[in-house]
Amino acid sequence: MVFRSEEMCLAQLFLQSGSEYDCISELGELGLVEFRDLNPSVSSFQRRFVSEIKRCEEMERILGFLLREIQKAKIAVPQEDESPLAPPPRQVLEIMEQLQRLEMELSEVAKNKDKLQRNLLELTEYTHMLKITRSFIHSRSRHEALGPQYEEFPTMETDSATGSTGMQRLGAKLGFISGLIQRVKVEAFERMLWRVCKGYTILSYTEVDESLADLDTGEINKSVVFLISFWGDQIGHKVQKICDCYHCHLYPHPENDEERADVLDSLRTRIQDLNNVLHRTDDYLRQVLQKAAESAYAWVVQVKKMKAIYHILNLCSFDVTNKCLIAEVWCPVSDLANLRGALEKGSRKGDATVPSFVNRIPSSDTPPTLLRSNKFTTGFQSIVEAYGVGDYREVSPAPYTIITFPFLFAVMFGDLGHGMIMSLFALWMVLTEKNQKKKRSSNEIWMTFFHGRYIILMMGLFSIYTGLIYNDCFSKSLNIFGSGWSVKAMFTNQQWTNKTVQTNALLTLDPNVSRVFSGPYPFGIDPIWNLAVNRLSFLNSYKMKMSVIVGVIHMSFGVVLSVFNHFVYLLFLPELLFLICLFGYLVFMILYKWLAFSAHNSSQAPSILIHFINMFVMQGKDVTPLYPGQTGLQVFLLLIAVMCVPVLLLGKPLYLYWQQRGGKGLRRRRVINISCTVLQFDFADVLMHQAIHTIEYCLGCVSNTASYLRLWALSLAHAQLSEVLWAMVMRLGFKITTKVGVVFLVPVFGLFATLTVSILLVMEGLSAFLHALRLHWVEFQNKFYHGTGVKFLPFDFSQLPSVFEQDGLL
Amino acid sequence: MADQRFAIAMSVMTLFWGIVGGVVPWFIPKGPNRGVIVTMLVLTAVCCYLFWLIAILAQLNPLFGPSLSTDIIWYLNLAWD
Repeated sequence: MVFRSEEMCLAQLFLQSGSEYDCISELGELGLVEFRDLNPSVSSFQRRFVSEIKRCEEMERILGFLLREIQKAKIAVPQEDESPLAPPPRQVLEIMEQLQRLEMELSEVAKNKDKLQRNLLELTEYTHMLKITRSFIHSRSRHEALGPQYEEFPTMETDSATGSTGMQRLGAKLGFISGLIQRVKVEAFERMLWRVCKGYTILSYTEVDESLADLDTGEINKSVVFLISFWGDQIGHKVQKICDCYHCHLYPHPENDEERADVLDSLRTRIQDLNNVLHRTDDYLRQVLQKAAESAYAWVVQVKKMKAIYHILNLCSFDVTNKCLIAEVWCPVSDLANLRGALEKGSRKGDATVPSFVNRIPSSDTPPTLLRSNKFTTGFQSIVEAYGVGDYREVSPAPYTIITFPFLFAVMFGDLGHGMIMSLFALWMVLTEKNQKKKRSSNEIWMTFFHGRYIILMMGLFSIYTGLIYNDCFSKSLNIFGSGWSVKAMFTNQQWTNKTVQTNALLTLDPNVSRVFSGPYPFGIDPIWNLAVNRLSFLNSYKMKMSVIVGVIHMSFGVVLSVFNHFVYLLFLPELLFLICLFGYLVFMILYKWLAFSAHNSSQAPSILIHFINMFVMQGKDVTPLYPGQTGLQVFLLLIAVMCVPVLLLGKPLYLYWQQRGGKGLRRRRVINISCTVLQFDFADVLMHQAIHTIEYCLGCVSNTASYLRLWALSLAHAQLSEVLWAMVMRLGFKITTKVGVVFLVPVFGLFATLTVSILLVMEGLSAFLHALRLHWVEFQNKFYHGTGVKFLPFDFSQLPSVFEQDGLL
Repeated sequence: MADQRFAIAMSVMTLFWGIVGGVVPWFIPKGPNRGVIVTMLVLTAVCCYLFWLIAILAQLNPLFGPSLSTDIIWYLNLAWD
């Protein structure tokens, strides 16, 4: 029963040192109790089980690395529906070993792969360089054939200093340096060469077609093959230094074409071999990751549970003399039997000689609040808790909110068509909820709508009902039962003739004429009002009075509920009397006017507001009374209301003062808080608080009643928006009478539908939701609800968040 | 005839919401949700009945009639009886 929060008790658990791990594991699976911290002064590094937690964190680190590798390899991790239990300590070492072995293997394979890839890159670059410099040499030799002839001498020796082959020419050596450099650096390189070597070098370069990956930075950029020919040793040294400076990859330049061809061939075979090895390495890596992925999910859950259990064990205090661990928990009284059962099961699993047991202890601390809810009531519970979690054993407004919140929403939203669309949308969400829960979308807005699917369903269903009463379906009315107003009767009674119809643009039906008005429409607002020009005059009066009636009843309900909350429960009586005598009387006047005055005495129909104001000012002489004895009754009611104020102001302080003096208090079931407050009794303090409460309540009655007029305001806004949308969009489509109009109707309907959903459903829906929520939180709940409690957070494995899920790895 | 329609409507609605709010709660089977379901039924009956009652009482004795444009009057004269 969610009427008020459950009774909680403080209990001590005595856990035997062998089986404490298993007991807490059992409790975590069931999610029954909330643990209290018995070592608040100890820092987290000095607690008993710190080393175990460090071990768990190490395992989590390895698991994180593993999951990232698995994700990089794009392998899916299969997730089981049933989560595995926390592993016993002996299994923990096995898992730790497995994980460490996996980590080592993976890092070794990654290192090897890296080396192989670097090798491959070097070989590829060398190949490119050889191919391109061949074209340089050949083009140059062609060029040289036309230009001045250089005497070529066959190769003398390999110059070890420059590492390049040289050719004797005119006493100076011609050397070659070849290699690759990044595209972006080429111009600077050329300029530097020119400045340093002053024309003794010739640089030729071409861009490589294939873009190669730079292994150090991981970027893919274009490289350029260059060939530098120079004369002289010093130049050679300088060129070497410049090449080093610009991070060029240098490769030995072959002397002649045969050597070049040989080197190319060997390179080709080496590259092929390397590719093979790389492929096989990749396959092996994939295999290892696949095997790890199968048990990854189980490991993650097990490590998470283990870490949670050790955290809880850290909260307990170790009783050295008894060789057992003591834990203090908050437990619902109704769950004590389950708690005992869980401890027995844990003791059995841990093979303890002496079973662990529970001992209930008295406590003066305020227990946390627990309100059980199922998937339907959770939504409504959460909107109440967004205002504040209820105090311990305070009446919860949640079960009433299930109906009153959608009802007040529907009063503001009231449209049959829009209500049906909303209900269908919510119904779809409810029927596919299993699939949606599995998908676990990360879109926050969608998740918000999904969590509130039952709220939206109720809101939609009530909107259908209020839409039928308001007789508003996409701004059109339905005529199901036949209108109560008859135009024909005006003609048959000779009120109107054909001439009056032709000469006037507007005519008003007169209910005084017989058979014009034949009784109220049996269900809702008469459909003729939708066709009338003075529709709003009638509807505004109706909706305003309806808002006040609904508001006064809602607030009275709130005051009645406070009987169960205020420990001096008789105080609800002056509050209720004040509200009923003043605003209940207003409601009575509204009803009286509806029933007593009709068309034939409509000229004498009084303004309710004037009468109400006159009541407060106690002036009734100028206005004719509504009924005989009105002034007397009004004075009487006003007197009662005024007398309620001092009772409200002084009642509670005087009662507490009397109780402190030793008087017999009116016993209430919530004894715990009374003893607390009586001990620190300060008359002035209590009096001041009560004065504030009295002023707030009395002034609040007036302002809150007026606040309920937002029900009228929003329903008017919705109706008008709906009408404008119809008149400005849909009707334009219908007005076209040619055949083109049929085709034109399609985009017109599309626009109508889009605007209906976006403006009328989403915007107006959110607006009415917000205002209904405000009416609940302020006008209803401030009559009885404090909402300053603490929520009960049980130790439950399913509630613990997973670090990996948050990172998107799982 | 008018009074008859009103009487029928009044009795049907009162009976219907009376059954929903007063009779059906007795037949809800015992379980953990019985309290919530009974609360929901009673509140629904009260809210919906109240809302309907306000609508019909507001129209019981109209102080003024609807003003219609003459096109509509011409059409209603022909179509409605």
